[in-house]
Amino acid sequence: MKLLNRRAVLKLGTSCAAFIAATSPVLALVKITVTGGNFTPLPIAIPDFASANSAFGREMSDIVRSDLKSSGLFSLIDPASLPLLVGNISANPDFASWRTTGADAVVMGQVENAGQVQGSVRVWDTQAAEQVVGKSYSASGNASRRIAHQMSDAIYSSLTGEGGYFDTKVVYVAESGPKANRTKRLAIMDLDGANTQYLTSGKTLTLTPRFSSNGKLLTYLNFDNGQPRVFLLDLASGRQQNIGNFGQMTFSPRFSPDGRSLVFSVEQGGATNLYSLAIGSNKPIQLTSGSAIDTGGCYSPDGQKIIFESDRGGSQQIYIMGAGGGGAQRVSYGKGSYSTPVFSPKGDLIAFTKQSNGQFHVGTMKPDGSGERVLVSSFHAEGPSWSPNGKVIMFFRDPGGNSGPQLYSVDIWGRNEQKIPTQGFASDPAWSPLLS
Amino acid sequence: MNPKTIMSIFFRALAMLGLVIFVSACARTPATDLNASGTAAAGSQQEFLVTVGDRVFFETGSSVISATGQQTLDKQAAWLNRYSNYRILIEGHADERGTREYNIALGARRAAAVVNYLISRGVSANRITSKSFGKERPVAVCNDISCWSQNRRAVTVVN
Repeated sequence: MKLLNRRAVLKLGTSCAAFIAATSPVLALVKITVTGGNFTPLPIAIPDFASANSAFGREMSDIVRSDLKSSGLFSLIDPASLPLLVGNISANPDFASWRTTGADAVVMGQVENAGQVQGSVRVWDTQAAEQVVGKSYSASGNASRRIAHQMSDAIYSSLTGEGGYFDTKVVYVAESGPKANRTKRLAIMDLDGANTQYLTSGKTLTLTPRFSSNGKLLTYLNFDNGQPRVFLLDLASGRQQNIGNFGQMTFSPRFSPDGRSLVFSVEQGGATNLYSLAIGSNKPIQLTSGSAIDTGGCYSPDGQKIIFESDRGGSQQIYIMGAGGGGAQRVSYGKGSYSTPVFSPKGDLIAFTKQSNGQFHVGTMKPDGSGERVLVSSFHAEGPSWSPNGKVIMFFRDPGGNSGPQLYSVDIWGRNEQKIPTQGFASDPAWSPLLS
Repeated sequence: MNPKTIMSIFFRALAMLGLVIFVSACARTPATDLNASGTAAAGSQQEFLVTVGDRVFFETGSSVISATGQQTLDKQAAWLNRYSNYRILIEGHADERGTREYNIALGARRAAAVVNYLISRGVSANRITSKSFGKERPVAVCNDISCWSQNRRAVTVVN
């Protein structure tokens, strides 16, 4: 009973905590998870995956353990202390002996890499003595890490009741060279830092990459011929193209949820306004007007609204309007200035960057501006991007001076801050949707 | 000498001549504009840089041109009106204490303020272009106001 409760608490801990009313006996625990104090990660046992190639089995189970550990929701029991050092996918576990390890869940896996990569995973609840999930995957030979991440997602998902986020990519701005003349080019990598590839040459400054909702396209800022311009990049072909020379500069682009349009800023004569453009057309539609700076546009997940930042009232604040423009309402009213608003995948929260008292903060608020929660405060932290399940936010921190920025993630309760490994300095993370 | 050899020498000489012309073209940096007394030649880029001043600075978040900035731009306008052969690029910059997209817009707003000021002082609009670097190209690198205030700038580049 106690163990089942722990699993229930884990599920609650990853759902919208504020929603859980003060009537349930688990309330106290849930509240603790929110403030980050006494949240207890779920003890989980993952023996090495069985495989005809035992080194491959160990390598794949290491990737899965590392994924789950990085979420902060699981505590991994030392694999060397387990009743089985190599898992057995075909038999029911001896639950009594697994319970003695303290594990609430045990994961059995089998992987093979003869030609195709194949992986099977079963998650068992040691207390209920029943299977939680069982899944199999296969892919071409060079995709073994992806199979491991998919197995991690299945485990995470089955135990938390939320979608996973391990089988994802991150695009970011890779920075190198002296601060005053830094090379900034786009790079793509797996969430865990593996498989880094560079997407732009570094001959021009490239900034603010954003994924399309199917993960196949990027839109970003390229100082093409010295002038900031919004570009599209097709990840499959590598093809890059300017969307059009509207105004003096075009920048700060983001895709609509259906991937057919962009919202972006156009600057002319010092005034910056928001426009949308159906991709492939050359007729942008003006969404805001006036002499203020309106930028950082982001569609709601249903495509009906756009949030953006504007200094029309003096300082940078977050506003919301219909996707067709007009009738903007101010959202942020806290102390300080607010920028880089991004809707969560479910549309229930807005992540933002805030500046106050000489510090930068990354936080969330509800779309009506209430319930502000600061997750991270720092000399310089900026540019939140959501995990596909809406439970984790990636951003970058810059210590300033001659040093450079690095990527970090933090969960939406401000817990479990993690450095995201990159080759060199990195800024402007964009977290892809789930790849499968 | 057979004709082939003569042709070869001729082409080598031509290549050398080309190299000399190329080198002298490259050497047209501001340093060569200094005259014997070490002052910048009248109408040179060096004179603009040293005597007139190529940049103005802004308060945090602001694109308002200060009194000092106006004096600099008045001098720039007078010089640019006198030497009307130069094309003018205004580069707008922001310090690193802001978010990336906003600072790109802020740099453009600062550049536009300088463009408008120079036009108001009689500099022809069609000589001037502008662009923003946001916070991507600081000149001073440290973690305090002494650097940030130098980075909030608009630079007039003459060419």
